Amino acid sequence: MALLEVANVSLAFGGVRALSGVSLEVEEGTVTSVIGPNGAGKTSLYNVISGFYRPQTGAVRFAGGDVTALKANRRAALGMARTFQNIALFRGLTVLDNIKLGAHHTLRSGILAAAWYLGGAAREEAALTGEIEARIIDLLHLGEVRHAPVAALPYGMQKRVELARALAMRPRLLMLDEPVAGMNREEKEDMARYILDVREEWGVTVLLIEHDMGMVMDLSDRIHVLNFGERLASGTPADVRADPAVVEAYLGES
Amino acid sequence: MNLIGPRIGVAPGDYVQAAAWLDSGERRLGLALLGGALIAFPFVVSEYLVFMACVAGMAVVSIVGLNILTGYTGLLSIGHAAFNGIGAYACAIAAAKFGAPFWIAIPAGGLAAAAAGVLVGLPSLRIKGLYLAIATLAAQYMFLFVAQHWESVTGGDRGFQVTPASVAGVRLDSDFRLYWLIMPVTVLMCAAAANLFRTRVGRAFIAVRERDYSAEVLGIDLLRTKLAAFAIASFYAGIAGALMAYFFKVVNPEQYTFTASIFQLTAIIVGGLGSVLGSVLGALFMVAVPELLKVAVSAFAGADQAKSAIMLASARELVFGLLIVGFLLFEPFGLAEIVRRARAALTLWPFRT
Amino acid sequence: MNLFIEYSLVGLAAGGMYALMALGFVLVFKGTGVFNFAQGELMMLGAYVFLTVNQLAGLHWSIALAATAVFALAAGAFVERAILRALAGQPLLSVVMATVGLGLVLKGAVGLIWGQEQRTLPGLLPRAPVFIGEFLIPGNAFWSFVISMAVVGACLAWFRFTRSGVAMRAAASSQVNAYAVGINVPRISALTWGLAAAVGGFAGVLLAAINNLTPHLGDLALSVLAVLIVGGLDSLAGVIVGGLVIGWLQSMTGAYLGGQYREVMPFVVVLAVLLVRPHGLFGRKEIERI
Repeated sequence: MALLEVANVSLAFGGVRALSGVSLEVEEGTVTSVIGPNGAGKTSLYNVISGFYRPQTGAVRFAGGDVTALKANRRAALGMARTFQNIALFRGLTVLDNIKLGAHHTLRSGILAAAWYLGGAAREEAALTGEIEARIIDLLHLGEVRHAPVAALPYGMQKRVELARALAMRPRLLMLDEPVAGMNREEKEDMARYILDVREEWGVTVLLIEHDMGMVMDLSDRIHVLNFGERLASGTPADVRADPAVVEAYLGES
Repeated sequence: MNLIGPRIGVAPGDYVQAAAWLDSGERRLGLALLGGALIAFPFVVSEYLVFMACVAGMAVVSIVGLNILTGYTGLLSIGHAAFNGIGAYACAIAAAKFGAPFWIAIPAGGLAAAAAGVLVGLPSLRIKGLYLAIATLAAQYMFLFVAQHWESVTGGDRGFQVTPASVAGVRLDSDFRLYWLIMPVTVLMCAAAANLFRTRVGRAFIAVRERDYSAEVLGIDLLRTKLAAFAIASFYAGIAGALMAYFFKVVNPEQYTFTASIFQLTAIIVGGLGSVLGSVLGALFMVAVPELLKVAVSAFAGADQAKSAIMLASARELVFGLLIVGFLLFEPFGLAEIVRRARAALTLWPFRT
Repeated sequence: MNLFIEYSLVGLAAGGMYALMALGFVLVFKGTGVFNFAQGELMMLGAYVFLTVNQLAGLHWSIALAATAVFALAAGAFVERAILRALAGQPLLSVVMATVGLGLVLKGAVGLIWGQEQRTLPGLLPRAPVFIGEFLIPGNAFWSFVISMAVVGACLAWFRFTRSGVAMRAAASSQVNAYAVGINVPRISALTWGLAAAVGGFAGVLLAAINNLTPHLGDLALSVLAVLIVGGLDSLAGVIVGGLVIGWLQSMTGAYLGGQYREVMPFVVVLAVLLVRPHGLFGRKEIERI
């Protein structure tokens, strides 16, 4: 059964249709990509899946349950994580604290325990730090910058921290929104490797929005193509590449 | 909604090195010295300084609370003094009308203020930024109105007399005795605030301030977090107010005006937004400045008491205003940042100029 | 019934004054996106400048008024240049607190220079009551209404029809686009602040002529918050609606509930409106992009 199922979702802002009857599925354990020209509705689709927009029609099902009406913050506990196109880190905080925030929903300390700190809350923090050190910081090579404030890091590194924060959520589905936009070739290759490592190590399902076709074709098991808010095509990278409608839509784009 | 902006972070050492905090021998020594100094303080200094220490302690408690709400969580409140007032009235009423001992009346003041804070915070999911600030300002004036006009409960403008608390037959009626109530409470509440920001609770506050939609994706419930910030901040304000009731022995509306709220905001800007150390420094600074001004003004105005009192009020406004504008323009991270720089310069001293 | 009409007329007349007081807030908020908590103190300062020129220098009130306007223009432009421009792009808290700080500075400085005692301005407005039909309105209230409305109307016309007014509106709706079409945005911002201070100074003189003058005159501006929330923080025409509504409500509150409720009523209105409409009655909600 598919981990994520988007069924016939339509979304409009005033008179502007952002999504029209979009359906797609993401199978567990795959890397699935959503591609399409600018303004095709990719980010709107993400915002529907993560609960920021409520679609006018259609449903979003995750791990067998209907989450269409669930508030955005309740989806974290189900195992949905995402990054944002224009990096949404907490700029004043350090790398480690940003990553720890990803684990917010897995922690239990309440206000009183936190104020007292000694005991439960301290143990919880120490355990979390240990786990992040062992499973995330090493994997993504963030050791050197763990105590640096995020705002001081270069762009590519910030993207990596955002990936790390999403991992700390212990997600089943990891939704990445243009993870390599604005990167040079070397950084892109690094990020592609991190995504594969993460899937290997954590066994998460990856959903990807990306404009870099080389990366999409290399990484994806399955690709969905959006155009003008509608699904244009779906299939393996080879299928999609051969689809004349897709070629048409991308004419003039790389 | 990014009210405070990315400028204000949490300085390293605030909770980043939390795990190492108590383990470091230096820190432990520092804390022991501070504790010893606070215990020795009232025995070695003049009565006047003990009085000022009590005033400063209560200001610290309240201002730490305001910084949790406005500095850390990014919710601008222009009505913090109203929560001092609610705490003070609740404490005084609990003690006078229900005969509660101080160790019940003071927490009751805190809890009453916290409940009021939750009430004011409830619309904060929809009312944001400037509009929330205006709403807190309106709440401040409504509090004052109730305090002035609900005479059967508050005593109106004349105020409400408070009988001193007593412990095992000892009446806490001198500044020296009250010091032993106020100072431990102040220290405990500062420690609790610092602890909050070593855990998920405090991190969530900062996340909401910096980027609320991103916080939501991480599973942080915005309304609950904002309400928690309002509740905690108002609890601090309420405890401070309750202590003030016992300390000044009278509760009246004059103590909890709009101006008092503004002075507390001044303290967190001068001290440093989003910093517990900054709140403490800011509070001490704001308590000390008027005292220094008093000396300056009396030198200027001579022996005429009435004239110097009038001049002092104006001079205080002028100086506080200049402090706000000056710090915002030239040292937006406040005294905490100055201390941090000094400390860094000190540790690096032999190696870097 | 007659009583009701009479109180209504008096309230509406007071509303004109509210509209004028609110105008300075709206000018700055619309033009530069800053809510100026020092607007009340700018009013108070204007009144003291007028008093000084008129009484101490012994000049005619029209000259004093002109001097007040020039002084206020310069003061507003100076504040914009010295403080607000340096804080451009800073978070809301910094900007709000800078204006609060400015207000404290002005209040403290005026208190030190002119002292705390009450001053009386010469009676500028005709005292004789005015009859509307069979209803009598105090001269002060009537003429301040007429003058306020004239000033508000002039401002509206200026924004709509003059070159600099249109430039101001352009800069308000999009700074980047205004720059692109060659508008000198920093100059426009300074001009906006100057104009708001001048309008404030004018309101201050009127207010002080009706009441009395102390350094606390500016505190009255806080009750204008309700006018702004009702009329919309960025709507010039809204100040008329808001002013009249609040003036009328306040008069009704005083008449039927008792005098002490008059002062708290505006704040109750603020909270009530915000609870129902978080951006004010006519305020626009900004859409957040994710």
